[in-house]
Amino acid sequence: MNSTYLWYATRASGIVALILLTLTMVLGLTTTSRARARNWPGFAQQEIHRRISIMAMVFLAIHVVTSILDTYVHIGWLAVVVPFSSLYSRFWVGLGTIALDLMVAVFVSSLLRAHLKPGTWRGIHWVAYASWPIALAHTFGLGTDSREHWVIALGALCVLSVGLASVWRIRATVKRRATLSAPTPQVVPLTRRVSTSSPRSQ
Amino acid sequence: MTQSATPAPPSSKVHHLLGHPSDLKGHLESHGPLNVALGRTASWQDGLAASLEASGLTGRGGGGFPASIKLALARSGGAGGTVVVNAMEGEPASDKDKLLLTRAPHLVLDGAQYVASMCRAHRIVVCIPIGRDGVASAVSHAMAERTSNRYARVREELVRPPDRFIAGEESTLTNWIDSGRSLPMFRPEKGTPLRLGSGAALVHNVETLAHLALIARHGPGPFRARGISEEPGSCLVTISGAMAHPGVVEVDRGTPLWDIAALSQLAEPVQALLVGGYGGTWVGPEHFGTPYASISLRTIGATAGVGVIVVLGESSCGLAESARIARYLADQSAGQCGPCVYGLPAIASDLARLTRGQGDEHVVARLHRRLREVNGRGACRHPDGAVSMVRSAMAVFARDMEAHGRGEPCPYWRRLTTLRFPRPIGL
Amino acid sequence: MSGLRITIDPVACEAYGYCAELLPEAITLDEWGYPMIDDRPLGAEFKGLAKRAVRDCPKRAITVREKKGS
Repeated sequence: MNSTYLWYATRASGIVALILLTLTMVLGLTTTSRARARNWPGFAQQEIHRRISIMAMVFLAIHVVTSILDTYVHIGWLAVVVPFSSLYSRFWVGLGTIALDLMVAVFVSSLLRAHLKPGTWRGIHWVAYASWPIALAHTFGLGTDSREHWVIALGALCVLSVGLASVWRIRATVKRRATLSAPTPQVVPLTRRVSTSSPRSQ
Repeated sequence: MTQSATPAPPSSKVHHLLGHPSDLKGHLESHGPLNVALGRTASWQDGLAASLEASGLTGRGGGGFPASIKLALARSGGAGGTVVVNAMEGEPASDKDKLLLTRAPHLVLDGAQYVASMCRAHRIVVCIPIGRDGVASAVSHAMAERTSNRYARVREELVRPPDRFIAGEESTLTNWIDSGRSLPMFRPEKGTPLRLGSGAALVHNVETLAHLALIARHGPGPFRARGISEEPGSCLVTISGAMAHPGVVEVDRGTPLWDIAALSQLAEPVQALLVGGYGGTWVGPEHFGTPYASISLRTIGATAGVGVIVVLGESSCGLAESARIARYLADQSAGQCGPCVYGLPAIASDLARLTRGQGDEHVVARLHRRLREVNGRGACRHPDGAVSMVRSAMAVFARDMEAHGRGEPCPYWRRLTTLRFPRPIGL
Repeated sequence: MSGLRITIDPVACEAYGYCAELLPEAITLDEWGYPMIDDRPLGAEFKGLAKRAVRDCPKRAITVREKKGS
């Protein structure tokens, strides 16, 4: 295949994947309980979040495959999973690999969610939040299109939307924690264990 | 202080929990040997099970469940379980378990040993809340006596969970022993047996175990000689409120409520009785003659609950006291389930507002709706108890509710409470 | 009367409300956003929606069982 077409495909699918990933983040961050209006279809938002994340994975796959097939610069199949093993632009491609690994982890764990402990799935999902800034760094670090005005504007928009969604989420969580802890003031904390002779210590 | 409603037949030994020596030597002299040496044999176990069934002993920790059925279920759970001696007594108005442990620790511990032998449990864990060091040292002392005399078969341990209202709930206590978190566990099937580690958790109230120890030694006869045939035996009741000498009494099951209350010198005319604890039911004068037995109390919408009867005198405001209890119960929520966390404080606030004469015209309807909606929607029965107390208060103090609702509260709502709380409750 | 029996784990539930959106015939939300289940068993035609509610609950708080009874 013509290297130029592969190169365009890599860049285009990369940008689309970034946009879709940003959308996924925003939809995921703004899912909280009781903080939304009665008439907002929460389950629909969650479903859209899932489907957009799948679309992001599809474009990510196109991005990765085309970048490997394009032999103009050498990246190699190993670099798909092992960070910093690419010959071309080792660091920035490596970041992309890390982001990919995290996203694959979320994807697989979500498919197997019913078989995992609730804490495990949640933990993996949380760590995967990191994939977004890493993907962003990869995009702008590699530099192919990152000096174009429209790309910079797009990047700024992504940062702004995730930033706002994060602030919103943090505030909602803080508010919720405050209400839940209110009923039990100045009482012996439930989780502190003080015993003279504990069965478990024997 | 003991009282018999029916005269005991002269030939049988009367069954008393209190009034015996509390040291090991005195205990053995009063009651005879422990006799669990034979405990390993199935015939002994079956014999004890039959005795318990014949006795009709029901749980004295609030559940009122037949002990023989509970133990039969436990036995089918296999060996290696833990006997949990529930001395938590989270109810502020209750003192019976503390008293029993201080006056008759060996009786309670013997009961635990009998259960452990019957169900092939490997250890006994006695749970006394932090802060009750008097009771804890009495039990420690008794355990030390038993160890040095090589008296106990199954290992006995003492642990100190947090002192909260719900900390003594079965699943909460088991959860704490297991994980250190004093939080109730949701059980979709109500009767699911509790587990602790690899074995069953056999949770029993201290009074139930004390009765069990006496039945194991003397047979079901003396137990059945007291009480009524539908609900035999004696029970300990803490009476408090508008009286000169609040305290714990040992009465026959089936004694009329009024007779129990009158065992202490009443300070003034009685307006109402709170039966079963702060999560129990208010009872008005027309029902004061009701026998203290689940079967009779059920007909007036009440339950025996934990052995507590609080006397409300005429010079108190029933609404105000109920509002204080509601606030206390709301504060004692474990904080896990939405309806309890949000519903109980909302109900308590409305009740307080009504008491102060500041209720709006929708407050009663709102109360009824929330009571209906909160009931049964927690992981444990804590919100249900609060609902029962408030509902009965709204019925028994209906006239007060009307007056307070019109903005004309009685002058008594500001008076200091006659109820006991761990810390002052504002209105 | 056979049908579907819905159970909510009140400890796990954090009032996301998805179940009430999917099964308004059986679940309504109280004033604080927590689900109240109608006692009557739900008809079997709601099985698909019920399965979705079970899958979509972020806290895995809802379970649905088929109750066959007389």
